[in-house]
Amino acid sequence: MIFPRKNSNLYLTLLRLKRNRLAVFGLAVLVMLLLTAIFAPRIAPYHYATQNLADAFEAPSGKHYLGTDDFGRDIFSRIIYGARVSTQVGLFAVSLAMISGGLLGASAAYYGGRIDGIIMRCMDIFMSIPQILLAIAIAASLGPGLLNLTIAVGVAALPDFARVVRGSVLTISGQEYIEAARCMGASDAWIILRHILPNCSAPIIVQSTLRVGQAILATAALSFLGLGVQPPYPEWGGMLAASRGYVRDYAYMTIAPGLAIMITIMALNFLGDGLRDAMDPKLKR
Amino acid sequence: MVRFCLRRLLTLIPVTLGVTFLLFSLLYMTPGDPALLVLGPEATEDALREFRREHGLDQPFLVRYGRFVYNAVVHQDVGRSYITHRTVASEIADAFPVTLTLSIGAIFFATLMGMIFGIICAVKQYSIFDNVAMVFAMLGIATPVFYLGILLILLFSVHLHWLPSSGFDTPAQRILPWIALSSVSLSIITRMTRSSMLEVIRSDYIRTARAKGQKETVIIVKHALRNALIPIITIIGIQFGHLLGGSILAESVFSIPGVGRLAVDAIKSRDYPVVQGAVIYLALAYVLINLLVDILYTWIDPRLRTRYR
Repeated sequence: MIFPRKNSNLYLTLLRLKRNRLAVFGLAVLVMLLLTAIFAPRIAPYHYATQNLADAFEAPSGKHYLGTDDFGRDIFSRIIYGARVSTQVGLFAVSLAMISGGLLGASAAYYGGRIDGIIMRCMDIFMSIPQILLAIAIAASLGPGLLNLTIAVGVAALPDFARVVRGSVLTISGQEYIEAARCMGASDAWIILRHILPNCSAPIIVQSTLRVGQAILATAALSFLGLGVQPPYPEWGGMLAASRGYVRDYAYMTIAPGLAIMITIMALNFLGDGLRDAMDPKLKR
Repeated sequence: MVRFCLRRLLTLIPVTLGVTFLLFSLLYMTPGDPALLVLGPEATEDALREFRREHGLDQPFLVRYGRFVYNAVVHQDVGRSYITHRTVASEIADAFPVTLTLSIGAIFFATLMGMIFGIICAVKQYSIFDNVAMVFAMLGIATPVFYLGILLILLFSVHLHWLPSSGFDTPAQRILPWIALSSVSLSIITRMTRSSMLEVIRSDYIRTARAKGQKETVIIVKHALRNALIPIITIIGIQFGHLLGGSILAESVFSIPGVGRLAVDAIKSRDYPVVQGAVIYLALAYVLINLLVDILYTWIDPRLRTRYR
């Protein structure tokens, strides 16, 4: 755990975040989700692929907390293992989008002129395809698999980051304190590292938090369409798709994975909104 | 104003070219030989070669791209499905109106209900209605289209037998897809309307209107709403774009024969011409909506209108 200096920006931000009950709740849920994903094999009562056809379609009970699916696999265990896919793809795809999109956006803003034009026109083209459709097309062209899924979701989210970073770098480099720093003889590197980056980190962090939710949704959607993680490995969206045929008689098979997605997205939204309010005290109250 | 619209329309050309190029590159990298997938594993080597020659699949990448653009521009021909052998244009002509009805219906529903809910929430802030609506809005944003769709089918088709669970021909069949597809946008529009109205309601000219004894409904609709409209329209425009993407999932859940389903099915069966056509149409619709929103701004906000003269 980090113990930031008192009165530092980080300390004040965390203090404001702590006062927001929904954000703290969101953070708690996410920490739990992360721990679940990391320790899945220890927590899950069964292995995700263990079939027991004699126990197929069992309703939730003390033996199987959320029941069993059409192959007699324990749904609770599969949801726990499914957290691995969602957290991995969510975190890595957004990191990919943030780093590459951020670099593109920052260089567009920094160099300006023709380079700015070329980079942003390319981003415009990426953005003129609905994001989920772009992710579908990329996922299809790369083939199934966890890594390819991550790349597809990450690349689809990349243009948004480029735009956000470019926008905030542009606004900040026009500010008077940057001019003041330059007048005092600060080097480009010093200005970028000491003045520009710290000041545009707030929108990037907020955007990333909200984006992880979008990425998890996109992952579920791709798996739902059969373009994501391949069975038997459990993924929440894939589990939803597989349960569709049995929704008439065994609704619990459908309800559990959907709830897992909803709770995760909601926690991320609470945290994202809380971070936005905490990082920008000028906004709202 | 006209010049502004024309200039924006002209930007459609490079965007369309870029989208087709991007798509061509993606499809070019896609593993799996369409010839083998379409003709099946028993096909002879000659038949495969003939298929590739017939569809130009043996040509280098740039030649294929150039030929596609040439045919599209000069002959208005975007190819023929490998599988159904119908022209891509007629496949899309069948599917596009369905997707359009689906997403326009959904955005209409989301806008109407979202603005009504949002206004009530803002006028009666912290009331029971406001609190309940905000909780539902939070749930709505976090629920994936396909999950809500299945839940709606479960409740209204399987248990209550009120509405059919698939298809898109009769009005009864359209209700569930519209609700499922619009829920996220409805939540976001409600929240946006609420916060935008709350900001405006506190301003001085609303107090002035109240002070001079204006009727409350006139104040809300004429003075407050009109000024709160710009951010709401922005969000509606963005949501319409998202709906086009979401319609792919709604079409999959409710077995609706729209463009999104066409594209996903074609991707799975490596039917390249159909993929290209469907994605390009969706992208064009998406870009056109953004353009329309930009034009709408200037129409609503006179301050912006002078800037583009």
